[in-house]
Amino acid sequence: MKTTTAAGLEDADPPRPVTRAERPPAVADELREVKGPSAFGGGRRRFFELLLLMAMTDFRKTFFGTVLGYAWSLLRPLLTFAVLLVVFTRIVRIGSQIPNYPMFLLFNIVFFGFFQEGTTTATTAVVARESIVRKTQFPRLVIPLAAVLTGLLNLGTNLVAVLAFFFFFGVGPYWTWLLFPVLLGLMLILTAAVATLLSALYVRRRDVAIIWGVLSLALFYGSAVLFPIDLVPPGLLRDVMLINPLVLIMIQAHQWIIDPGAQSAVAVAGGWVNLIPAALVFVGVCLWSIRFFNREAPRVAEEL
Amino acid sequence: MAVEIRDIHKTFRIPRHRITSFKERAAHPFGRIEYRDLKTLRGISLDVHKGEFFGIVGRNGSGKSTLLKIMASIYAADAGTIRIAGRLAPFIELGVGFDPELAARDNIILNGVMMGLGRHEAERRFDAIMDFAELRDFEDLKLKNYSSGMTVRLAFAVMVQADADVLLIDEVLAVGDASFQQKCTDTFYAMRNAGKTIVLVTHDMGAVQRYCDRAMLIHDGVSTFMGDPEEVGRRYLQLNFSKDSGAIAAPDVHARIVDAWLEDRGGERQKNIGGREPIRVKTVIEARERLENVVVGYHLYDVRGIHVLGFNYSPRETGDGAPEVLEEGQRLRVNVELENQLAAGHYFLKCWVSRDRQPGDLTVQVFDLLDFIVYDVEPIAGLFEVKPVMSSEALP
Repeated sequence: MKTTTAAGLEDADPPRPVTRAERPPAVADELREVKGPSAFGGGRRRFFELLLLMAMTDFRKTFFGTVLGYAWSLLRPLLTFAVLLVVFTRIVRIGSQIPNYPMFLLFNIVFFGFFQEGTTTATTAVVARESIVRKTQFPRLVIPLAAVLTGLLNLGTNLVAVLAFFFFFGVGPYWTWLLFPVLLGLMLILTAAVATLLSALYVRRRDVAIIWGVLSLALFYGSAVLFPIDLVPPGLLRDVMLINPLVLIMIQAHQWIIDPGAQSAVAVAGGWVNLIPAALVFVGVCLWSIRFFNREAPRVAEEL
Repeated sequence: MAVEIRDIHKTFRIPRHRITSFKERAAHPFGRIEYRDLKTLRGISLDVHKGEFFGIVGRNGSGKSTLLKIMASIYAADAGTIRIAGRLAPFIELGVGFDPELAARDNIILNGVMMGLGRHEAERRFDAIMDFAELRDFEDLKLKNYSSGMTVRLAFAVMVQADADVLLIDEVLAVGDASFQQKCTDTFYAMRNAGKTIVLVTHDMGAVQRYCDRAMLIHDGVSTFMGDPEEVGRRYLQLNFSKDSGAIAAPDVHARIVDAWLEDRGGERQKNIGGREPIRVKTVIEARERLENVVVGYHLYDVRGIHVLGFNYSPRETGDGAPEVLEEGQRLRVNVELENQLAAGHYFLKCWVSRDRQPGDLTVQVFDLLDFIVYDVEPIAGLFEVKPVMSSEALP
């Protein structure tokens, strides 16, 4: 600790005139170059502290703001679940042939909901935090990542409720549940990449939010969230779907989490080789995202 | 050396028509975007020594805030280098990132980390911050329930406790009530004495002359003078009122000051004025558009920024035959003679011109008019000399 810690300001004594000679000796004398605004700048520790702090405050705001905070945060996925359950078991009736369809649906809505929530809130996040971006030093990447992290915390609390449903309906436990972190990790990386990309795009083009609203809805219906992949007949449609990494994650989740009798992603694709396109999409999105954000970060404050 | 700036250039590319959506882009797929280059900084170099209070002064649009933002890593420079010793904290605005939905504690930690404190460090200083802000009784209150004065106090307290080695401050001094202002003043002196390096961007000459060891005048992105704050202040005023300087870049520029000067009894122009000698100020105002019901007001401040006195002049109310309506380009000379009972010291005269376009549409434009020294006065108790009528009588 430095001895100069504004100590004179803390006590009530009136400021005492200090001559130049009395001034304390210099502390940090080494000149270091200022590199300007960037996606990461400002040191690793500060980056993670800001990330955690921002995510936690947002999380707590939705949570502890109201007495029924937790109930509220569950309400959206549960209502979606209830509506879709009625549609797919009473009207369209695809659910009746699938073992544990209600739990399959509930888990998928919650898990995929993390992707949707994270990317949607991150899209507008940089612009919404305009005052921070324009008025203080700030590693820009923290902003979209904090939105994703808030989503992750929400997912955690939602999964607790899902687990309660599982026990009630007699799903699991299976040892493959231990593999869930693998799926979560892949989902987290993909969500963070898409979120980062969208947040930077939105600064330049404000209709990104509307376009993404439609696209993410399309992904929701096209990513094997509402139905297992078996219902899609083999052919062009299925091949196209299998390029989407989200689809593969959902397929694998079906086997590991809900029904050990379901096919694995490798089996559905017909061998490891056929996973390559989706893997390339995955890596491509990540690289594009980080490169684009990195390129935009120094100018973000001017574009706002 | 605490800050070393070498040959910084910054040009903003401003599109004439900005495309802000994919829809527009799709509607005009081959539309070329035309840009206008705004050269904001053109080769600024600057050294600030350790423990120095350095002022950056300039008119609106001169580039001073851009320079500060580049130093603070908010904007990227096009060319040039900046090197800084130690930790830097920018204060472009007080309370950046304050969240009205959160209580003081969460906001302090968030704001503190943004200002470069570690998280634990911010928590450790919470008490000191609340004490400094005098908000102990309100620590659990959400910020949305704070008054604006309380918010500012809290923000200022965080800034003081952020304990950076180099502070960049952009005109945040002019906040709060009088007692808080005094506290700010004390704090700045205390920081200076604690060996902090402070860079202050302002167009308040009083502040520059009060606090700064050295200052720089920046005009059109170039440093035009560096050194003694008094001289910087003088040149700044000169820049504002020189004949060809045009108007001050205010958004609603309806009048400009063509000339303003101080006269002695004999009608000679003077820079300063002797004690007891009447203060005669002549101001030539030019209307830049048709002005109805012109009112000209004057405010006198002393070097501490204390508002000493103020008065207005309106041709309509005075009924002295002067024109009530000024046509575009018409000039009006306003003559003021003021009995001088001021204590010796450095004074700043501000002037404002109001125009009344339609009922209710009143705009006031403020100019820094003159600064002068009243010299050669025997000491007076207070700011003014008064001549009270006093008597006494013996009581039985």
